[in-house]
Amino acid sequence: MDVTITVNGQQHTHDVEPRTLLVHYIREHVGLTGTNIGCDTSSCGACSVHLNGEAAKSCTVLAAQADGMEITTIEGMAAADGTLHPMQQAFMENHGLQCGYCTPGMVMAATSLLDENPNPTEDEVRIGLEGNLCRCTGYHNIVKSVLAAANS
Amino acid sequence: MTVIDNMQPSDESIAAGNGVIGQRMLRKEDPALLTGEAVFTNDMKVPGALHLAVLRSPYAHAQIVSVDVSGALAMDGVLHAYSGADLADQWAAPMPCAWPVTDDMKNPPHYPLAVGKAAYVGDGVACVLATSDAIARDALEAIDVEYEPLPAVIDLESALADEVIVHDELGTNASYTWPLVIEENEGDCQQAMDTSAYVVKERYVQQRLIPMAMEPRAVVAMPQPFGGDITLYTATQIPHVLKVMTALTLGIPEQQLRVVCPAVGGGFGSKLDVYAEELLCVQLARTLGKPVRWNEERGENTQATIHGRAQIQDIELAADENGKITGLRVRLLADMGAYLQLITPGIPLLGAFLYGGVYEIPKAFDFSCTGVFTTMTPTDAYRGAGRPEATYAIEHAMDALAREMGIDPLELRRRNFIPKDAFPYEAYTGLVYDSGDHDKAATVAEDLVDYAGVRARQAEQNTPDATKRLGIGVSTYFEMCGLAPSRVLASLNYAAGGWESATVRVLPTSKIQVVTGTAPHGQGHETAWSMIAADKFGVDPADVDVLHSDTAIAPLGMDTYGSRSLPVGGVAISMACDQVIDKARKIAAHQMEANEDDLEFAGGMFTVKGSPDKEMPLAAVAFEAFTAHDLPDDLEPNLEMQVTYDPPNFSWPFGTHMCVVEIDTETGNTEVLQYVAVDDCGNKVNPLIVDGQVHGGVVQGLAQALYEEAAYDSDGNLQSSSLAEYLVPAASDVPSITLGESITPSPTNPLGVKGVGEAGTIGAAPCVMNAVVDALSGLGIRDIQMPASPVKVWTAIQEARNNTQENQQ
Repeated sequence: MDVTITVNGQQHTHDVEPRTLLVHYIREHVGLTGTNIGCDTSSCGACSVHLNGEAAKSCTVLAAQADGMEITTIEGMAAADGTLHPMQQAFMENHGLQCGYCTPGMVMAATSLLDENPNPTEDEVRIGLEGNLCRCTGYHNIVKSVLAAANS
Repeated sequence: MTVIDNMQPSDESIAAGNGVIGQRMLRKEDPALLTGEAVFTNDMKVPGALHLAVLRSPYAHAQIVSVDVSGALAMDGVLHAYSGADLADQWAAPMPCAWPVTDDMKNPPHYPLAVGKAAYVGDGVACVLATSDAIARDALEAIDVEYEPLPAVIDLESALADEVIVHDELGTNASYTWPLVIEENEGDCQQAMDTSAYVVKERYVQQRLIPMAMEPRAVVAMPQPFGGDITLYTATQIPHVLKVMTALTLGIPEQQLRVVCPAVGGGFGSKLDVYAEELLCVQLARTLGKPVRWNEERGENTQATIHGRAQIQDIELAADENGKITGLRVRLLADMGAYLQLITPGIPLLGAFLYGGVYEIPKAFDFSCTGVFTTMTPTDAYRGAGRPEATYAIEHAMDALAREMGIDPLELRRRNFIPKDAFPYEAYTGLVYDSGDHDKAATVAEDLVDYAGVRARQAEQNTPDATKRLGIGVSTYFEMCGLAPSRVLASLNYAAGGWESATVRVLPTSKIQVVTGTAPHGQGHETAWSMIAADKFGVDPADVDVLHSDTAIAPLGMDTYGSRSLPVGGVAISMACDQVIDKARKIAAHQMEANEDDLEFAGGMFTVKGSPDKEMPLAAVAFEAFTAHDLPDDLEPNLEMQVTYDPPNFSWPFGTHMCVVEIDTETGNTEVLQYVAVDDCGNKVNPLIVDGQVHGGVVQGLAQALYEEAAYDSDGNLQSSSLAEYLVPAASDVPSITLGESITPSPTNPLGVKGVGEAGTIGAAPCVMNAVVDALSGLGIRDIQMPASPVKVWTAIQEARNNTQENQQ
């Protein structure tokens, strides 16, 4: 079946199997591999992207369901001149990443969190990110990064 | 017994550098990881690759009666399908175990696909190669395997009874028994137990854990165009060890094999192994002449990637009337799982030397460990590897002793600390602890957590019918890391050495390349290693490039695990820098017609003492070295030095952790209100990275205490085989962490560093569990087994209350 999806501002049309998950569509059809796969139960959030402006786990959505929608992936966050998005910059400045595998999903979830709640408390950040798992940082510096981004 | 006989304490403090070491420099690795540019193995685009999928046994223990792959072969897109028997002649040797801990250790042959018998749920029995991953996985369902199920062996003590044998040819489930007895003091331990004022006898269970790196494993094996060379791209911590082992296992001339790790998304020990899928991809790619790739799904990762911990610990601790320890006996039963992976049998023994904690322990010490086979996923290294288990046992037993004596657990520890002025300290095991200041670490933690204040709050809050009970936990630790002096590894029967290699070269344009044998997977080596070189040369770290994780570029290395990268690999880099500077000094002296000894080097500039007009920048020296037009006689062109450093001793980071928990007696839930960690890892190259390592380590240890368990049912099925069931904590499950500072440089290496990768994990589990028991001991609860889940805590509270009521009736 044909799907037409706008990814990072660029419209793509592909013929996909109906069972194709959005994350596989992004990685294999569009060829953007910044969106990572960390589980098969929609538990880890590594594949979080923005779907019409809101964070969603792209493994919980079929490409067919995203037909006609606008997607932003981690590759679409920095400015065209390479300037990092304030959330990416905050993660860098606060050592909010180690191995970096959960990071794209974490950045997408965190920006969406601040869109909804621009001035969260530490607890609100922790609860807001509970759908995204990280095994390296113990979350301490991720939370710090998000609070710093909120203040920037 | 192991004795370090070649430790050479050095008087040199950290050499005066250029002020780069010690800075909280932001990481070079981050931009690529933050923008999605970083390439993990599964991100590689490989046209024409065949996709491998592995059919795994649904039974914990079963005879494989027959395997019929014809159904899979009939499917569109499927090119090949094989049973274990089909590939049996492809292996030059079984999968490697590099640590035969005793001469009589039993090690069953282990092949990438099982033949004849499956020994755990997840054991590979057949495989498919297809044009896409989806087709390959679909095709697994068309393979017909006839199994004859056998009873599972899950419980370690039942396994030891040998009623059901996992590997028939061995005739027993016991793999080995490894003792560590101080021979000249044999009998002293029993005497201590018989005559001491206090003896606590405890049994602790280290539950099975799943390392759960966020990136599952992935492999791409790519035959090169001519001559039979092959490149293995894989998500591993050990490209160098893997190259040797793959060459041996597959019978490939080693020079034809290149191993590359693209970005690696965490390891925690789980990628410190030689895995079936790596061998399958390489061998099938060679045979078929096409790239073969495999990526692991999380449900596979929980079963086909190694597990950690899984020990039963019996510990007896004797003390005199003042609480001074007089003897220690430890008996371990360690779950090997179904097979011995790369270093499975050695893991519990890495802890053998740490059961004495940070205390002055007499030589009345008696340790032995028995490794036993079960029908579960093989175990191997998981963050800390043997050392968290040891620390848990001694630290939890110290709390039990303090309760028995009716004294404060922190006070008991202080009575037993090895004093600061006793270092270097030869321990009861013969190992020499390099440096330490335990009282300082404890005091910093005590102040940060407000120990006295929390104790006062606790006394007020923990009334018999309180619904929220406060507990405070203390743990101290010594970590044996910087793995490792090769001669000590030899005495432990480990098959490899513990050195690390570094090459440092100054390019003609004065940019610097550092080639390291370490293999980072989140630790920030590109940043930290460039800081070491920049500090030495007085240049901007941006002008230093760190090359790693590719055996064609960095052919020598022993890789990254055991908190070894900085104290071994980083020290090798620092030494190579010194050698390059020595050579550059000769060239500069020649060029400036000065005496070498009169030259000073700082900020990237050679100057001549007493001749302020004479100077020569490193860049000019590098270019002279490159052109070789006018070098001193007998000096080779170019500025490049290679150092292989074998550490004279382990390094011994230490610390104190304290935490405050509140337990809801109505729900059994434990909330960690406050967590303080004081980890002394010696000098810090980049404190930003050090802090991050501790944060992450603490949460992994805390997760063992409260959340995680690889639970099996009696048929050997893993019940927590996904991230929906295996409770890796989320941000909302863990506290913010307060770090305290203590820096005691190691005297055994010129950087004064010790390593920090595992420290947090080692300190955290006993700290949290001591707090949990501290909160509940007033109700008559003696202990809770990990993880202290709400249901376990709630049940213990109900039982304790029922017991109290019965006693009152």
